[in-house]
Amino acid sequence: MDIKTSTADKIVRELRKCGVTHVVGLPDGESNSVYEAAMTQDGLTVVPICREGEAVAIAAGLLLGGKTPVVLHQNTGFFEAGDSIRGLALDLHLPLLMMIGYRGWRRDKPLTDSAAIFLEPMLDTWGIQHYLVESENDVQAVSRGFKEANETQKPVVILLGTGGG
Amino acid sequence: MIDDFEALKVISEHRDQAVVVATMTANFIWPQVSTNPGLDLMFSGAMGKASSIGLGLALARPDKQVIVLDGEGSLLMNLGTLVTIAEMSPRNLVHFVLDNNVYRTSGGQPVPNVGKTSYTGLAEAASYANVYSFDDLLSFKNDIERVLKQAGPTFITLKTIPAKERPPYPLTLTSSIISRFRAALQSA
Repeated sequence: MDIKTSTADKIVRELRKCGVTHVVGLPDGESNSVYEAAMTQDGLTVVPICREGEAVAIAAGLLLGGKTPVVLHQNTGFFEAGDSIRGLALDLHLPLLMMIGYRGWRRDKPLTDSAAIFLEPMLDTWGIQHYLVESENDVQAVSRGFKEANETQKPVVILLGTGGG
Repeated sequence: MIDDFEALKVISEHRDQAVVVATMTANFIWPQVSTNPGLDLMFSGAMGKASSIGLGLALARPDKQVIVLDGEGSLLMNLGTLVTIAEMSPRNLVHFVLDNNVYRTSGGQPVPNVGKTSYTGLAEAASYANVYSFDDLLSFKNDIERVLKQAGPTFITLKTIPAKERPPYPLTLTSSIISRFRAALQSA
């Protein structure tokens, strides 16, 4: 189940308020509405990727060149992108906001999907702060995460969860 | 076959004010031949991703030519990058691949399907604007000026001599030069 269109629109507007210039990503079942909203948002360039490991490296180049990118893909892709996150975002102290579609997230039931079960423990192990966005009420977490990434010079993750499991 | 040190010297003589991203074998050699080290991003830390960070730089700074010095083993770890680069199609990106048939930095083990894969063919199929392949130094010297003036993205395979030894220079860690690089790029 994907993030509601109204929430996605609000997330993308929040990104623009933060000065974001590029969304580097791959659509997935949770975040596709955010991806589509980004494609039609004035002032935002979407950089479509073939595999998630590319995203942090492209974003790193954009950051070094003076732009303000965010990364957008699914939690399955977070695992795929591990070496880029480790070797670039963490080792180079990049202030990078990563928005991760939270496949398997269920608010009121035990998690059964390993893509969800291992995600937050992995983020905690790597010392990556993360915030959950499920509805329009949570969208300010985007600005908070963006500010924190810049203050700490570290990646911060926004988990896009729908709770539908 | 081209000596990789000589090939990189030729590129260095023609890079002018271009940003250079150098990885794997090129990371070892490039600091020995570079004419503009401030704009060199020696890339380590995520094998295969040099062309991706080069793409980001090229999109961020369309006023600067960005030259990526990749290896074929490195490219093989991130083949989707060819399609991603073709999609964004930055006119200022030049993507070299040093194809020496081996993983040189780990002692010369052969890459998969060694000698049978055309990296230039893959880039052409992905729809890079220009693709070239050189296997002798003289032709490369004669053509490089023209090649670098093309509107990109441009892909060049350099068939270099296989070697089992790591180059006799230290690897430069990206973390050790990133502040200097960022400052140089901001003022360039």
